[in-house]
Amino acid sequence: MLTEFGKVFIFLLLGAIFVAVGLFAAWILRPHRPYPEKNATYECGEEPVGSAWIRLNVRFYVIALIFLIFDVEVVFLFPWAIILRQFGMFGFLEMVVFLVILLVGYAYVWLKGDLNWDKPQPEIPVIHRTIIQAERMKSVSSMRDDDDIHDGVE
Amino acid sequence: MGLLDQQFENDNVFITSLDGLFNWARLSSLWQMQFGLACCAIEMMAASASHFDSMRFGVIPRATPRQTDVMFVAGTVTIKMAQRIKRLYDQMAEPRYVISMGSCSNCGGPYWEHGYSVLKGVDRVIPVDVYIPGCPPRPEALLEGIMKLQEKIRHESLAKKKSIAV
Repeated sequence: MLTEFGKVFIFLLLGAIFVAVGLFAAWILRPHRPYPEKNATYECGEEPVGSAWIRLNVRFYVIALIFLIFDVEVVFLFPWAIILRQFGMFGFLEMVVFLVILLVGYAYVWLKGDLNWDKPQPEIPVIHRTIIQAERMKSVSSMRDDDDIHDGVE
Repeated sequence: MGLLDQQFENDNVFITSLDGLFNWARLSSLWQMQFGLACCAIEMMAASASHFDSMRFGVIPRATPRQTDVMFVAGTVTIKMAQRIKRLYDQMAEPRYVISMGSCSNCGGPYWEHGYSVLKGVDRVIPVDVYIPGCPPRPEALLEGIMKLQEKIRHESLAKKKSIAV
């Protein structure tokens, strides 16, 4: 007698066989003539620079973790929603407790500022008027000097 | 090398019957490298669109050379672009085919004499299977080029090429 998960197993088995047969047939049939240019990373025709294994910002880790928690929450919500009527008020309150715990975590993350992306602080230029005036004076005087030189040459 | 491709010196019953199947499969799904270089690309887009519908020949535009069988060199090949075309051709999976579309990619076209930056024919960097004349060729001409290429593929063989098997 086949259980419900037995059907899943047969499904997985057929999927695996399907992929294996496809790969095996391709291995027999395909031309296999690799060379460095052919194996190079596809970069829209440009020469690939460096490795594809680059450093990612560590902040993605926090975002991914938070996403995972709420992803799992949704995964729990779906089966719960299906049998909610059988559960009655007890099941509803149980899930509310679960959601409230996660909401507290969410509020914590929010207040801690982990959802804020670290933006570079814009450097606001500070204008020192005295320096500018001094530069201006200098340039004016140098222009005068240039004029003198030109006069001398001519 | 695969187990079949170019592993046999001469044709035999096994090879010739497989050839028929493979060639039919290959010529019926010529996936196209999706890139255009100049005004010929507009005609190529028209050929892909509903009025001419090159998809009925199995020509589907793909955005990566790993999934494509045929490259339409549609337009003026500048010397700067020629390196990219070479690299893209190298990155396509075999068997791969090239259709040179329009005078520019055939021979340099109107830039033949004074085009200091134009490659005088794309066949100087990659092997071309079908040349389509025109400036630019109409979509019908491109469709005929596709059919010519299909005819060419129909007569291919898995056996070792004579020039290779010396």
